[in-house]
Amino acid sequence: MGGQTALNTALALHKDGTLDRLGVEMIGARPAAIEKAEDRLAFREAMDRIGLDSPLSFMARSMDDAQAALDHVGLPAIIRPSYTLGGTGGGIAYNRDEYSAQVEAGLAASPTSEVLVEESVLGWKEFEMEVVRDQADNCIIICSIENIDPMGIHTGDSVTVAPALTLTDKEYQIMRNASIAVLREIGVDTGGSNVQFAVDPETGRLIIIEMNPRVSRSSALASKATGFPIAKIAAKLAVGYTLDELDNDITGVTPASFEPTIDYVVTKIPRFTFEKFPGTDALLTTSMKAVGEVMAIGPTFAASLQKALRSMETGLTGLNEVHIPGAQTVPIETDALRAALGAPTPDRILTIAQAMRHGLGNDDIHAATKFDPWFLDRIREIVEVEAGLRRAGLPKNRDSDATTLGLADIKAMGFSDVRIAELTGVNETDVADARVALDLYPTYRRIDTCAGEFPSRTPYMYSTYGQSFTANACESNPTEAEKIIILGGGPNRIGQGIEFDYCCCHAVFALTEAGYETIMVNCNPETVSTDYDTADRLYFEPLTGEDVIEIARIEAAKGTLKGVIVQLGGQTPLKLSHLLEKAGIPILGTTPDAIDLAEDRERFQKFVRDLGLRQPNNGTAKSGAQAARIAAEIGYPVLLRPSYVLGGRAMEIVHDEAALNRYVTEAVQVSGDSPVLVDSYLSNAIEVDVDALCDKDGAVYVAGIMEHIEEAGIHSGDSACSLPPYSLPEEIIAKIRQQTKQLAQGLNVVGLMNVQFAVKEDELYLIEVNPRASRTVPFVAKATGVPIAKIGARLMAGETLADFDLDGSGDGPNEIRHVAVKEAVFPFDRFPGVDPVLGPEMKSTGEVMGLDTDFGRAFAKSQIGGGQKVPTEGMVFISVRDTDKPTTVDLATRLIALGFSITATRGTAAYLADRNIEVTQVNKVLEGRPHIVDLMKNGDIQLVFNTTSGVHALSDSFSLRRTALTENIPYYTTISGARASVAAIKAVADGVPSGGLEVAPLQSYFSNSY
Amino acid sequence: MTQDTNTRHKQATANQTDRPAWATGALVMADGAVYWGRGIGRTGTAVGEVCFNTSLTGYQEILTDPSYAGQIITFTFPHIGNVGTNIEDMEATNTAARGCILHAPVTDPSNWRSDTHLDKWLKNMNLVGLTGLDTRSLTHAIRDSGAPIASIAHFGVADTNIDLLRNNAADWPGLEGMDLAAEVTTRQTYHWNQAEWSLGDGHTNAPASRHKVVAVDFGAKHNILRCLASGACDVTVVPASASAEEILAHEPDGIFLSNGPGDPEATGIYAVPTVKKLLETDLPIFGICLGHQILAIALGAKTKKMHLGHRGANHPVKDLTTKKVEITSQNHGFVVDETSLPDGIAATHRSLFDGSLEGLAVDGRPVFSVQYHPEASPGPRDSHYLFDRFIAHMDATPNGQIF
Repeated sequence: MGGQTALNTALALHKDGTLDRLGVEMIGARPAAIEKAEDRLAFREAMDRIGLDSPLSFMARSMDDAQAALDHVGLPAIIRPSYTLGGTGGGIAYNRDEYSAQVEAGLAASPTSEVLVEESVLGWKEFEMEVVRDQADNCIIICSIENIDPMGIHTGDSVTVAPALTLTDKEYQIMRNASIAVLREIGVDTGGSNVQFAVDPETGRLIIIEMNPRVSRSSALASKATGFPIAKIAAKLAVGYTLDELDNDITGVTPASFEPTIDYVVTKIPRFTFEKFPGTDALLTTSMKAVGEVMAIGPTFAASLQKALRSMETGLTGLNEVHIPGAQTVPIETDALRAALGAPTPDRILTIAQAMRHGLGNDDIHAATKFDPWFLDRIREIVEVEAGLRRAGLPKNRDSDATTLGLADIKAMGFSDVRIAELTGVNETDVADARVALDLYPTYRRIDTCAGEFPSRTPYMYSTYGQSFTANACESNPTEAEKIIILGGGPNRIGQGIEFDYCCCHAVFALTEAGYETIMVNCNPETVSTDYDTADRLYFEPLTGEDVIEIARIEAAKGTLKGVIVQLGGQTPLKLSHLLEKAGIPILGTTPDAIDLAEDRERFQKFVRDLGLRQPNNGTAKSGAQAARIAAEIGYPVLLRPSYVLGGRAMEIVHDEAALNRYVTEAVQVSGDSPVLVDSYLSNAIEVDVDALCDKDGAVYVAGIMEHIEEAGIHSGDSACSLPPYSLPEEIIAKIRQQTKQLAQGLNVVGLMNVQFAVKEDELYLIEVNPRASRTVPFVAKATGVPIAKIGARLMAGETLADFDLDGSGDGPNEIRHVAVKEAVFPFDRFPGVDPVLGPEMKSTGEVMGLDTDFGRAFAKSQIGGGQKVPTEGMVFISVRDTDKPTTVDLATRLIALGFSITATRGTAAYLADRNIEVTQVNKVLEGRPHIVDLMKNGDIQLVFNTTSGVHALSDSFSLRRTALTENIPYYTTISGARASVAAIKAVADGVPSGGLEVAPLQSYFSNSY
Repeated sequence: MTQDTNTRHKQATANQTDRPAWATGALVMADGAVYWGRGIGRTGTAVGEVCFNTSLTGYQEILTDPSYAGQIITFTFPHIGNVGTNIEDMEATNTAARGCILHAPVTDPSNWRSDTHLDKWLKNMNLVGLTGLDTRSLTHAIRDSGAPIASIAHFGVADTNIDLLRNNAADWPGLEGMDLAAEVTTRQTYHWNQAEWSLGDGHTNAPASRHKVVAVDFGAKHNILRCLASGACDVTVVPASASAEEILAHEPDGIFLSNGPGDPEATGIYAVPTVKKLLETDLPIFGICLGHQILAIALGAKTKKMHLGHRGANHPVKDLTTKKVEITSQNHGFVVDETSLPDGIAATHRSLFDGSLEGLAVDGRPVFSVQYHPEASPGPRDSHYLFDRFIAHMDATPNGQIF
């Protein structure tokens, strides 16, 4: 169930005999089955045995093997490392140089140093089947998925649709039989699996690509797409139930032993964050790079595609125009269009639509993209309707006539009000008004697993427009209950991930406990909030003003809509609060005005001044020149960022005016509408995160104070942190509590609030306040045992803190006798060419928590949890900037005492040697060979401390950090991180005689668990 | 939302002048309700019982399945026509269905097997179709109130008289008591030699035959004949009205009773006596769908009309002997009443959707039948083993004794 991580962990426990020793059985997929599915060669042999075609392929364990294989498979060739998650290290090679480079990377990435070199089936159509099997060998297909992006692009990075749309029944049944045969041959006893196929569009030749003997990202998608909860059913099958013994929850009248059928189209679009990784090409390959995805349900492909596009929150309102360099319409510049289409960029579907606008035909587009013509036709239909809207303006008629489309038919194709407004040159409200005047509202339909054959008792819904056959066509059937709508967080992305879904789910649970009917709105298929059994009612819809207002309208039509919660889904719903307020929809908790106060630089500055709190010197610049003036006034270094961003997007620390000028001309566009914030950068300050609860009467509960390990300037989402603080004096902590209370009361926060402070030379600076749930809410809840998301939701619904049995009388949890460390996890290995150095722009895609009774042990666990080793012997490489050199003396001394040896580059080595520390000197990469990277590749280095300042030092040491990453050598790029790692090493070393670190269940850390 | 909004495409007593500008066709119910749509296929009108099918693939096979005689098929999946049509996916030479109702417009096909656009194919096959209807709530209406009788119309140049369409629907007698097998059965005996389809080879010729099978055609789908041929059967197809003597004159090793449309009691008037005589031999007998119902009646059981029938490719059926579940393709509106099974007849399969009888076998004899479609096409092939079972019975009884 836990993806590749769980599979690899279970397999490791099996291999080292732990499972046998403890008498633990693996259920669902057994080790032999996992090995057969994961080992590319064994898988291929298994497929041969059941007569399924595979691409020509060879296993290479060395570069020599790989060169020999090349003679057989030819170029382009696919390189797939064994046992890696999401195809890390894999790729497509078009020439011999690329081939060698990718084989080398693949061998390094594979834990077994094996790569499969494969015949290319690039451009073929790609399909997936989600299969479930029980112990009685009953096999069912839950869903077929067709990738619109052809073979060559990882399925996680592809736009996909369910069900498959371009297969005849005969082809579909071959795929169905093959999928079931694969499960049987591989030996997946029970549970869900995913089987992937490639189909030659010219001949129908079908090739099996791979199977995952576990639930996957696609299983989650298939579950949401059909209403069949694969993981839930698979869990029951693993303990011995058979499919016919289990109910189909959705209908309540049919068993789980059937194949879901649907009467709508589901589209998934992945979300990328290439902009955060400069230095890497924004191109898609067989190695997955998406960080999130959206799913949309519509009555036709066009409707679901357009819904999915506006769900992305990348500013799209539909198939928006994009700029194609060199493109022009008269005369049409086909070479430029073809070149743009040939590059597998993340927004290729937009490029296709744009090429159509420039006049390129489907044959040319198909040749360049290998997108199936059926999908191209549908995209063209949208583009043509767009052109019609541009020409004729906003339709006045509801119905189409012989020559023009009516608004009803346009809405039925999935056009949003705002897109129609853009195309017709009016305001969004004009379109909404026209729609209302024509009595044109969405009809909600249910995802029912059976295409309407049986009544559904589960209110899992999506919207449609268009004609209705009967008066009760709308299936939303709102209830008479007192209800609360909770808005989710949309697609996962860097800066806004599952932490917010945690908050939304907990709000649902808490409000259900409090007796409200809960209604969830979200469009992210990877979440728990979009399970049909999390909230009482679920709308799988985009989080836009139009879509949410319509849901509120239909829900308010019956019963009492108490309000909408916008505080828990991150920035996404928060941004909607004004629109919802304007539409007369009550917002629960903190008011939109208070939200605005916290986000509006100037209002906030005044507010802080009035409270008598201190902020780093700062200013707001509406032009580049103004930015330079402000920076000169407050003094360099300064922190620059655009206003209204999450996750530190485009945030940068600059040390001089030249760098500032580069930033305001190249990195961002500065204007009156999009000002740039200029903050004094507090060097070497300690950053502190605080989560607090505040009720309607102004009572405040400081739920958690987290001290960052990395210094201020590293984005808080990328910094490790400790709860409780491990170095702050009691007076500062008291001051933090005090100021947090002042802020919560001053902003009239009702619900959750997050504050960031910086501590420098015993002064407390306020960095920012977010009157909403923060990324750290689940961490605080788990570290302290207090369910703050749940309490926060109930405070928003009107309860008070006194209603909850919280200790510490508002000062937060009583003395915590343990330490929780949060550590960030990064996707740098997916982005070759990117420097894995930390900075003010957030880059982490996940986090882990380490829990123990002291800081060192907790930090060690966090490192191990994040996939980093904690070495207990060997050689440490130290290369630090001058300001960090004094600290290294202590670190080196302690490491030597722990039995490590030290090596360093010239400057650091000299500094340490002068202070009587035994150190060997090693060449920097630019100083000749053998150099430090050679040592690292040879396995001579077990730990790296590397801090730099300045652009030159950064580029000089780039290969060093990159090598640490690919060689999986633990590395720390801040001195505070290095210090924490030494504490961790000591903790592990001290624990070694008694068998290393101990484990204990989370609950055991709390005397009274909630 | 107002009543008006939701019913705006339905007009209780519409006439031609109420037709919206975009509408080029309509579904007119016997009760006078009119649902406007866009016509596809041939222009003209047809009357039939409106049913729905929930399959995601295989519309061509469904549209050519003779069991749909007298019916207008509503496809619940919105995009129908994506893969076009081809010469290989025919389940009969002609279509027996009266029409089809789709949600989305028919698109240009995109599949390497396609040779004809669905709209053109419908014209070629003389079928009337509609697109642009709200197929989901139509499906709900059928589910809740039973299959209605309606006229389907694709307006031509001349205006169509809505009253006439309504009257045609109101006057149509319905499927109960209708012997539709007589309409779709072969007029003359013929020999079948085509095997199942395979990727790369298409339909090949059958392997050298080991068994002679006579298939009684009540409206047989070609894929049943192909499944038998692929199992090395030499298949002779005879008309539904063939007598036992005529059937046995072919000296078969086994007898197959095919699927077909209509009320089994009506077709049974002539078919049941024939099957009773065949049961007097020791020959293996295998029945599917209508063939199963007629066999059941011949064995002394009763059939009844179902509320809305089973039509889809996702129906779970439990094999009561092995306890295994097979996902089946189904298309029937009548069912054998399990409580009416006489002693000596075992229920072998049951629907996991509604518990209805899906298969039977005669104790100690090579005689069995199923309500669903093991030949699939469209649909899952989980039940292909039934053809193997029939062939194994023939292997075990080398030559039936002729009376």
